[in-house]
Amino acid sequence: MKHTENIRCRAAAATTESRWVRWLLIGVSLTFLGLFLAMPLAAVFAQALSRGWAMYVRSLGDSDALSAIRLTLLVALIAVPVNTVFGVAAAWAIAKFQFFGKSVLITLIDLPYSVSPVISGMVLVLLFGRQGWLGPWLEARGIHVVFAVSGIVLATLFVTFPFVARELIPLMQAQGTEEEEAARLLGASGWQTFRRVTLPNIKWGLLYGVILCNARAMGEFGAVSVVSGHIRGETNTMPLHVEVLYNEYNTTAAFAVASLLALLALVTLVLKSVLQWKTGEQLTPEEQGYTGD
Amino acid sequence: MILRPFVAFGLFSIALVSIAVFAGGCRRSSDPNAVKILNVSYDPTRELYEEFNRVFAEHWARQSGQTLDVRMSHGGSGKQARSVIDGLEADVVTLALAYDVDAIRRKAGLMPKDWQSRLPNNSAPYTSTIVFLVRKGNPRGIKDWNDLVKPDVSVITPNPKTSGGARWNYLAAWGYMLKRELGDLSKLHDPKSADAVAKANEKAKEFVKEIFQHVKVLDTGARGSTMTFVQRGIGDVLLAWENEAFLSIHELGPDKFEIVVPSISILAEPSVAVVDKVAERHGTRAVAEAYLKHLYSSEGQTLAAKHYYRPRNAEGVPEEYMKRFPKVKLFTVREVFGGWEKAQAEHFNDGGVFDQIYKP
Repeated sequence: MKHTENIRCRAAAATTESRWVRWLLIGVSLTFLGLFLAMPLAAVFAQALSRGWAMYVRSLGDSDALSAIRLTLLVALIAVPVNTVFGVAAAWAIAKFQFFGKSVLITLIDLPYSVSPVISGMVLVLLFGRQGWLGPWLEARGIHVVFAVSGIVLATLFVTFPFVARELIPLMQAQGTEEEEAARLLGASGWQTFRRVTLPNIKWGLLYGVILCNARAMGEFGAVSVVSGHIRGETNTMPLHVEVLYNEYNTTAAFAVASLLALLALVTLVLKSVLQWKTGEQLTPEEQGYTGD
Repeated sequence: MILRPFVAFGLFSIALVSIAVFAGGCRRSSDPNAVKILNVSYDPTRELYEEFNRVFAEHWARQSGQTLDVRMSHGGSGKQARSVIDGLEADVVTLALAYDVDAIRRKAGLMPKDWQSRLPNNSAPYTSTIVFLVRKGNPRGIKDWNDLVKPDVSVITPNPKTSGGARWNYLAAWGYMLKRELGDLSKLHDPKSADAVAKANEKAKEFVKEIFQHVKVLDTGARGSTMTFVQRGIGDVLLAWENEAFLSIHELGPDKFEIVVPSISILAEPSVAVVDKVAERHGTRAVAEAYLKHLYSSEGQTLAAKHYYRPRNAEGVPEEYMKRFPKVKLFTVREVFGGWEKAQAEHFNDGGVFDQIYKP
């Protein structure tokens, strides 16, 4: 009891703002969060359940909805691991090494951030569509890229490209190369250095990047909409299916699928928090730098 | 050592998702030998084809013994045509207007030039027209096209640049004015009355311009406009497909809206066609042709009427469906505007009449 009080006093003393300024800031943030985050989220669930649980379950059990859910998960299952591997590799190369064309690489990684998703989708159509550069060649061989699952995967890969890398680059740059150099001097191989030194240092940043990447992969609308072709039960992802249902006057079902999408995002965040909390205690010594075996 | 929880977390989530993806319920077509065709259609036909596909699959199973799986794609008519041009593998297209089907022929060459004469009635097995949807009790007293330009009336229509339905709206209003000025639309083809026709066209241009000054929200597609009028409560009158207007009333309650049928309107002919090159590659030509032909059967015509499309042939269609469609004088795009190609070039292409009269 005494201990916590002590900490609280110190925390209070660490800020110079008066009490009411602090309360005002907290109040403003909470009101803002309530208005723009909690309320819309509550509205989605309220709409989804407006006709009762039975209707909610029936909406999600519909075969088109199931196939949309399956497709969304499949796309995330491919896009997230691929972009994680790429992101770590790119961040590692950029932060730890000097090489010609580095700034070009950084700019290229940022490209999907700055380009509108619709354009990302159209680029794929331009490349792989029937009228596109590679279209006739692919068509002659019976390979379908756009308006098929592979196109949706490609579009999602492109759009979620920067998330992991962007999260890791500043972190790795700030950490510098001393620890890796020390590891090499002590005789560790490249892979050992990466696994024992670099990876533990970046794990929280990496996890956060993966979560952001996953959220975007499941939620992407613009680019996927262009290359999907909207074939029911086949190339509709969850966000596309939500729009379709809404346009069919099927508001309850639309919000049911939307709520599931929101729920998936919430589950990922909760998993991350649980993990952070569980590992946080055990790992404190290591986090402070005692990376003994 | 340190990474173990992370690896476990990663493997756990991957395992979870894999189970969901690969074991999550049965796939839609469980029969691997099922013949598959894809029908690329426009927005308001969802309910019609959902039922028609079921009925036709049974019919086809009886006739050929094959299991048939018809897949659907819906969207704005122009956008759907664009997707087929870019490679969407449609065996058949059922779009809002012949112009969009023709775009597939012109830009991608996927069907022969005479596609429209391969099926009866210009390849349009059902028709529709443009009507007004107003709020219950018709508080603004809207009865005909000229009431749209009464002061303070606000009109909702989609953008003719992007929406097939909106082009029908625009041409219907234009045709109404020609009819009022000329008295008889056959004068359009009479060289002796060329002066009168030119004057009437000038009048019609003024009239349509005035209507668009009353337009408050210009959505990109027909469904978008319906949502603006019906869900968001904007505007006094919605210019809509007859089937779309019926559907809004059916879905959202007859106590909120009513349909007003103008004195004259346009005959909207949604066109259907087999996409030859795709169907041939898939080996689905026979079933694709039978699918479209079945739309003309009395079973197909009944379903069209049930879903608020006007059937071509009322024979065998139950009276309860037929009596929904009020008698209205209808003119075609061909007779008043000389066909879609011409109407499109004159009115809706860049720099056309619509660009001249509408300044946002």
